[in-house]
Amino acid sequence: MIEAILRVNHLSVSFDTYAGTVRAVRDISFDLGPGETLALVGESGCGKSVTCRSVMGLLARNARVEAGEILFQGEDLLKKSNREMRAIRGGKIAMIFQDPMTSLDPTMKIGRQIAEAVTLHRKVSRGEAKRRVLELLQLVGIEEGEKRYHQYPHEFSGGQRQRIVIAIALAADPRILIADEPTTALDVTMQAQILDLMKDIQRKTGTSVIFITHDLGVVANVADRVAVMYAGRIVEIGTADEVFYDPRHPYTWGLLASMPTLATEDEKLYAIPGTPPTLIDPQPGDLFAPRNPYALEADKIAEPPLFPVSGTHFAATWLLDPRAPKIDPPEAIRRRARERGSL
Amino acid sequence: MNRWIPYIAKRLFYMALTLFIIITATFFLMNFLPGTPFNNQDRLSASQLEMLNKKYGFDQPLFSRYLNYLGNILHGDFGISLQFSDQKITTLLGQRMGPSIQLGLQAVLFGTVVGVFLGMIAAMHQNRGLDVFCSLFAITGRSVPNFVVAVLLQYLFAITLKWLPIGLWDEGFRSTILPTLALSISPMAESCRFIRTEMVEVLSSDYIELARAKGMSEIRIAFSHGLRNALIPLITVLGPMTVSLMTGSLVVENIFAVPGIGEQFTKSILSNDYYTIMAVTILFSALLVTVIFLTDILYQLIDPRVRVEGQA
Repeated sequence: MIEAILRVNHLSVSFDTYAGTVRAVRDISFDLGPGETLALVGESGCGKSVTCRSVMGLLARNARVEAGEILFQGEDLLKKSNREMRAIRGGKIAMIFQDPMTSLDPTMKIGRQIAEAVTLHRKVSRGEAKRRVLELLQLVGIEEGEKRYHQYPHEFSGGQRQRIVIAIALAADPRILIADEPTTALDVTMQAQILDLMKDIQRKTGTSVIFITHDLGVVANVADRVAVMYAGRIVEIGTADEVFYDPRHPYTWGLLASMPTLATEDEKLYAIPGTPPTLIDPQPGDLFAPRNPYALEADKIAEPPLFPVSGTHFAATWLLDPRAPKIDPPEAIRRRARERGSL
Repeated sequence: MNRWIPYIAKRLFYMALTLFIIITATFFLMNFLPGTPFNNQDRLSASQLEMLNKKYGFDQPLFSRYLNYLGNILHGDFGISLQFSDQKITTLLGQRMGPSIQLGLQAVLFGTVVGVFLGMIAAMHQNRGLDVFCSLFAITGRSVPNFVVAVLLQYLFAITLKWLPIGLWDEGFRSTILPTLALSISPMAESCRFIRTEMVEVLSSDYIELARAKGMSEIRIAFSHGLRNALIPLITVLGPMTVSLMTGSLVVENIFAVPGIGEQFTKSILSNDYYTIMAVTILFSALLVTVIFLTDILYQLIDPRVRVEGQA
């Protein structure tokens, strides 16, 4: 196997709040290969953003990394000093945020905002920095760069602003790009354009991408591998094909069944019953059990480990235990697999 | 640049209109004040009173006096003072405006710079020791009257340490230091509190998070992205504060024996010195509308989102 560029091992992150300790991320492990796109999928509050913020070293002040390590090119980011992390943030690992309408400083020309990201990580002259900014603007598909350089964020549309945010992220040729729901705040046509742009950039630069989203439709478009998160854990991880067409975890079944497809007719769209659990003093057992129509007795007692399905595919459900009863995935999931076979 | 001309013309017109309304209202209201400008009126005989009224033009109907007054103002003639042996008001106020305006500007400048700095520190250390210290300072500064501060400063720097003059206006800049400090407490506390609130909000916004993700240090973020955005709302408060400080503080000017305008105004009201009241009111109003106008211009220079657009 190719050496992973990022390896997260047994990461646990908690937040201290007045209501108690929120165990937002619980024992997460994954790795990211060079040039690979990994999608982190899950509902709001499942810990996908916290995971990425830990990698960036941008956790809120009341957050605590309880355990684990984050190895970037073999070095543990959690052991780095603030100063060392600043060189990595934006330099080696860059981030794209969710809402382009609020991610740019409203009182600064966009040229300078991008130039800042260039000069922070490279010793270049003003002229060189500007040339690099114009190059980046062109790369992200903003025309008339020379004129746009001197404009303020409010003179751009949402889609264009997201392109600028992407340009900022690319300024120092990062090895890893973390995209935190980069298309959620955009309308559908814009979403497609931004996704195309990101794929295009990845092809040109060979950057690895962690793509956070709650939209499986987006995942299918961009991801090589998919990690499904629920209540602070990775419940299923595998290649995009494996997770989409041979899912093993009942939560993944629920997510896929609630996604409309071309075959969906007038029937009512499936919704997973219940709401995600609170992560303050979580109950023992599998946290998905109360919402899981396939829950076993074992789910109420202990959290299932990640069972291997194949060399690349793992799922945390007792259904994969050899002692568990044999259960067929729901019809919608089987239909999905069949349709793929016929494609 | 051309897009500014109609905007400025419009604003100037409204400023003139505002001043006109203020002048008119003050002129008529003032005439309803009880009493007359002459003290010991009871002891004056009817013929003496008539003579005085005639001398100062009070025998004419109110409305014609109003028109007269307006005409004179347009020629820069604000009349004569009734309490200071017929001195011209323009010379009288001219001598006294200088110290007040100088003190006011110095106090606003010093107070705001220090206050903004303290507010920034507080916001960057939100809910920690330094923040508590700065907030305590701001609350104290807001609640302790400036004359108390003035006396404390005099005691410390003039009497105990003997570093600075205790009062008067005869040692140039050295004389201005203590009154400036006393006056600067309020703008300092105000801007500290204000910047802290704004900055806390700005520092938790998405674009600051993006700046962090760029790998910028907290201090650089605070200066290059935080401050500018937090300053914008402060400008609005700063304008009127500057005016109220420039037009003199009665108590502080008295304590330091500063020949300023604050004292003049109070005296003129107490003695029904009509023309001085009018002149000081006009001066205050003119300063205020000018500062508000400048504030709006400044706003547009700092915040690109509210810039005047060329009308298409």
